[in-house]
Amino acid sequence: MSISPQRLTSTDHRYLPSRLAAWPTSDVSTAENLRTAVEEQTPKVALHDITLEYKTNGSPLLALDHINLQVGAGEFLCVVGPSGCGKSTLLHLIAGLQQPTSGTVLIDGEPVHGPGTDRILIFQELGLFPWLTVADNVEFGLKMKGIPKRERKQKAEYYLRLVQLSQFADSYIHQLSGGMRQRVALARALATEPDVLLMDEPFAALDAQTRDLLHDELERIWTQTGRTIIFVTHNVREAARLGDRVAVFTFRPGRIKREFAVDQPRPRQIEDPAISHCAKEILDDLREEINKSLEQEYRVSS
Amino acid sequence: MKSVGRQVTFYAIAIGAWVLVARLHIWPPYLFPPPQGVLESLWAGFADHSFWIAIAVSMKRIAVGYALSVAIGVLLGLLMATSEFLEQTLGGLMVSLQSLPSICWLPIAILWFGLSEKAILFVIVMGSVLSVTISMETGRKQMPKIYAMAGRNLGARGLKLFLFVLFPASLPYVLTGLKQGWAFAWRSLIAGEMIFVSLGLGQLLMMGRDLNDMSQVIAVMILIIAIGYIVDGLIFRTFERRLQYKWGLTPAT
Repeated sequence: MSISPQRLTSTDHRYLPSRLAAWPTSDVSTAENLRTAVEEQTPKVALHDITLEYKTNGSPLLALDHINLQVGAGEFLCVVGPSGCGKSTLLHLIAGLQQPTSGTVLIDGEPVHGPGTDRILIFQELGLFPWLTVADNVEFGLKMKGIPKRERKQKAEYYLRLVQLSQFADSYIHQLSGGMRQRVALARALATEPDVLLMDEPFAALDAQTRDLLHDELERIWTQTGRTIIFVTHNVREAARLGDRVAVFTFRPGRIKREFAVDQPRPRQIEDPAISHCAKEILDDLREEINKSLEQEYRVSS
Repeated sequence: MKSVGRQVTFYAIAIGAWVLVARLHIWPPYLFPPPQGVLESLWAGFADHSFWIAIAVSMKRIAVGYALSVAIGVLLGLLMATSEFLEQTLGGLMVSLQSLPSICWLPIAILWFGLSEKAILFVIVMGSVLSVTISMETGRKQMPKIYAMAGRNLGARGLKLFLFVLFPASLPYVLTGLKQGWAFAWRSLIAGEMIFVSLGLGQLLMMGRDLNDMSQVIAVMILIIAIGYIVDGLIFRTFERRLQYKWGLTPAT
C-alpha cells in the first residue's frame, strides 16, 4: 500500500533517525515511542494547542480548535480542507501576521512574535507589487534586510533563473500571465532565503496545464533548496502529488482530522496511479467535511 | 484631428472678434487693448526680465508650499486612515474646512505673519493641504490590504513599510488628490502674492492694475494659465502615464 493512514505525523522519516524509520508502525506503543523520539529532535515548525476565535457581530466564531502539528526541517507538508476551515488562517499565524487566541507557534523551538523573514508566506492573491519590475519585486525582501544592491541583483538573477523568468526581469507584473506571476511570487519568497515557505493555495487560479508544470518546478526547486514547505490547498490530488505528508482539516472549527504519509518516490507525476490512489483515500476522508461546508453555504444563501 | 481643426477655428474666430472690437474703439485701449498690445506687453516683460524673475520667484514659492502641503497631507491622511478617532473628529473638520475659499486664510496669514514670505506659504499650504489629506485618507483605505501584508511578510517595518510599500501602493488612489492639491496651491499662490510687493506673478498682475495697464494684466493672466497648463500637462500627465503603464491601468480617455 502506498499510503498508511494509521501512521502519525511523526513517522516521516525525512527527519527521523533511520533506525526509527524502519520500525513497524502498526503497534500503537511503538508509535508513541516514535513521537517522543521526534519531539527530542526539535521540529522546524511546531504548533502547540493553537486556538483562534473571531468575534464577528458579537457572536464568537471558533476558527481553529486546538491544532497540534509538527513539521520537520525540509519536509513538504500539504494541508487540505474545505473552504472556510481556517487553513489559510493557520498560515497567517505561522507567518506571524496574526496572533492566535491561545497556543504557541514555535520555529526551531522558539516562539513566534510577529512576521520574520525566516518564514515567507506566498499569498493566494500573491500580493506582488505592481509599481515594481519583476526583478525589483524579487529583490524587495533583500532590500528590506539592508543587503547591498550588487548582492541583491545577483540573488534576484539567480532566483529568476531558478523559476525560468530571467528574460522578464524588467517587465511589470501586469504584463505577465498567471503562471508567470506565481513564479515571480515564488522567486520573491525564495530570494530572502527563508527556512520555511508557506504557500496559500498558490495554484488555485491557474489552468490545469500550467498547474502541472508549476508542480514539477516547485518539486524541483524544493529538492534543490531543501526548504520546509507548508502548502495549503483544497485540491486533494495536488496535495498527494506534492506532499510528503497530507493533513486533512475538518470544517469549522478547523481541527486536524487525520494525517496521511505519502511514501512515493520523487520526482512524481500527477497521472501516476499511485498518486491517484493516495488522493482517493484522502478524498474519501475529506468528503464528509466538504459536504458540511456545502450545507453551511446553502443554509446561508437560502 | 477633427478636434484640433475645431479648436483652431474657435481661437481664430475669438481673436478675430477681439481685434474687431478693439478696432471699433468703443473703449479706450488702456481698458480694452488689442491682441497685438498684449503681445507687445508679453515681449516687453520677457525682454526686461521682469517676467522671468516673477516666474522664478513664483515657482520657487509653489515648490516649497506644495512640497510642504504634500508632506503634511500625506502624514495626516495616513494617520486619519489608521485611527477611527481622528477620522471622526479631524476628518469631519477637514471636509467642512474644504468649503472655505483659500482667500479666506489671507487675513489670518497677514495678522500672524505680517506681509511676508511666510504669509504666502501659509495660504498655499492651507489652500491645498486639505485635498491632499482627504485623498490620502481615502486612498489608504481603498488600497488593497494585501500590499501591506506582503510588505510586512517580507520584512518591511515602520518607515520602510511606509516609504516602500504604503506610499507607492496608494499612489494611483491619491493621484487625483495630488493634482487637485496642486491646482489649489497654484490659485492660492497667485492670490497670496497680490497682497504685497512680492515680486511674483500675482504682484505683476496687481502692478498692471495700479498702472492702468490692461495689456500687462492680460499678458500676466496668459502666463499664469500657460504655466498651470504646462505643469499639469508635463509633470502630472507624464507621471500619470508612467503609473498607468506600470500598473497596467487603462489610460483615462
